[in-house]
Amino acid sequence: MAIATIMGTEIEFGITVKNDPDFDPISSCVLIVNAYREDPEGRILWDYDQENPLADARGFQVEGEKYTPNQQENIARNKTLINGARYYVDHAHPEYSGPEVTNARDVVIHEKAGERIVEMSRREANTLLPAGAEMLVYKNNSDRKGNSYGCHENYLMDRRTSFKQVVEPLLPFFATRQIWCGAGKVGSENRSHPCDYQISQRADFFETEVALDTMVKRPIVNTRDEPHADREKYRRLHVIVGDSNMSEYTIYLRNGVTALILSMIEDGAITKPLSLRDPVRAIREVSHDPSLRVKLPMEDGGQRTALEIQKGFLDMVLAYAASRTLDPIQKDVLQKWESVIESLGRNPMELDTKIDWIIKKRMIESYMGRKKLDWSDSQVQMLDLQYHDLRPDKGLYFLLERQGKVERIVTDEEIQYAVYHPPVDTRAYFRGECLRRYPGEVFGVNWDSISFGLGDDSIKRVMMSEPFKGTKQFVESLLDRSKTAAELLENMQS
Amino acid sequence: MKTNHQSERGNESRARIDLGADPMPLYMASSAEQQKQKQKGGGGDEGSGKGDGTQKLAEKGEELKEEMDNLLDEIDAVLEENAEEFVKNYVQRGGQ
Repeated sequence: MAIATIMGTEIEFGITVKNDPDFDPISSCVLIVNAYREDPEGRILWDYDQENPLADARGFQVEGEKYTPNQQENIARNKTLINGARYYVDHAHPEYSGPEVTNARDVVIHEKAGERIVEMSRREANTLLPAGAEMLVYKNNSDRKGNSYGCHENYLMDRRTSFKQVVEPLLPFFATRQIWCGAGKVGSENRSHPCDYQISQRADFFETEVALDTMVKRPIVNTRDEPHADREKYRRLHVIVGDSNMSEYTIYLRNGVTALILSMIEDGAITKPLSLRDPVRAIREVSHDPSLRVKLPMEDGGQRTALEIQKGFLDMVLAYAASRTLDPIQKDVLQKWESVIESLGRNPMELDTKIDWIIKKRMIESYMGRKKLDWSDSQVQMLDLQYHDLRPDKGLYFLLERQGKVERIVTDEEIQYAVYHPPVDTRAYFRGECLRRYPGEVFGVNWDSISFGLGDDSIKRVMMSEPFKGTKQFVESLLDRSKTAAELLENMQS
Repeated sequence: MKTNHQSERGNESRARIDLGADPMPLYMASSAEQQKQKQKGGGGDEGSGKGDGTQKLAEKGEELKEEMDNLLDEIDAVLEENAEEFVKNYVQRGGQ
């Protein structure tokens, strides 16, 4: 039996400061992240002891230096939030890692809450900039000059499923799922063939099938083996191949469908391998073909389009779903996916309110039509960039949303609530509630632990290696009974 | 199944709209708008008199064109002014 779903997303944002000749990305990142203040004393650490990004899922440890900042730098770069998320500086980008959730709807809610948190801190940071300068933040994946930054999905998996079993079906699935979850991009980069418009922001950057890297020679399947949980029981699939999506509908399908595929892999229900002869070549060719016509050579000697491959996965999921009970959200995800696959077969433009690359293409083509522009025009490139602008009044995605031109999955109230509240059904609840209730006593946090400084120089670390534990149902009364973290620790032992 | 049903109906009404008016702006056949129209029309596209059907569609076409024009005006109002320079200066360091 496949394990229950736990997943989450981590988003790196593009950042720039308009009218500032001395713009420096790293200090701007530090400024924006620190402009968001929940913990007034600002002294909670990120617990790097628990990290091991150099472990490879194929069973070895890669050599390299582990990053451990000093205390001051640690505090300046990391904010752990009462909604269970981590908001931090990653290289030269602000990054928001949402809390662990159990379903695709909650992924949408928390990813959108993250956008609002970054936007709030952007506005706050702006008040500290010289007059005339304005910080701008983009939820996209490329500067169109060969530099890319990621949107990573994480899925908890059963460690008994071998990594080889995971990789084989995921290569063709990831190379082609962009046709319904790409974010769209004007032009090409990174020595890719020139094109007017392509389906994915990220496809130009994938250079290998399977590897540990995330910043160079990016792999379609990433092998980072850092479960942030009991490593005897779990692995965490770290997916780096996706685009940063604006559309709620697209985010919902991206995570919802991928989680279903992974459950199916755990249950050994992949009946057709659908292996591509060259997945790396395929991912670019598919992205460069918005007509969805390109035929990809298969391992079995035949040829299939990306849509035929996705249809193959859909058929397997439908057969799999028939033999078990899906929860209402999984059912809804599957119905929506099925109807999206049908639309792609008829006319992809039917999805101009649902799927990012199609919403964006429709918007750009309409504007081009009115202004008599062509794809190489800088205004067209600006439309692409500004679709991802986080300012609610200037971002073009938000403009379309206000005008009712995109379909929603969740409500504004749900998103706003998630800015300050963790999900209730994972360990993120315990993390967020501890940060809300005992901020002065929290010493350090990581995904699978939280440690408290109790004033007598002792640091007590509570391990949370089980992501399904620490839910509201099980810890709320314990927290209610504990007025301080010291009491909490006492009550936990009794 | 509900979704399938909806999208089939969406297609029908798209076909009808396309018959109605000639110079249609690209954005207007979007499914959200079709949804809205259906709601406004109370599901009775067929119910309206045979003679004024074309006229109604033409009116709807006008309405949608107006909506589209408004959207493009709004985009114009917020689109970064010095697009060429802005796009050129937008340079990021590679991330993950």
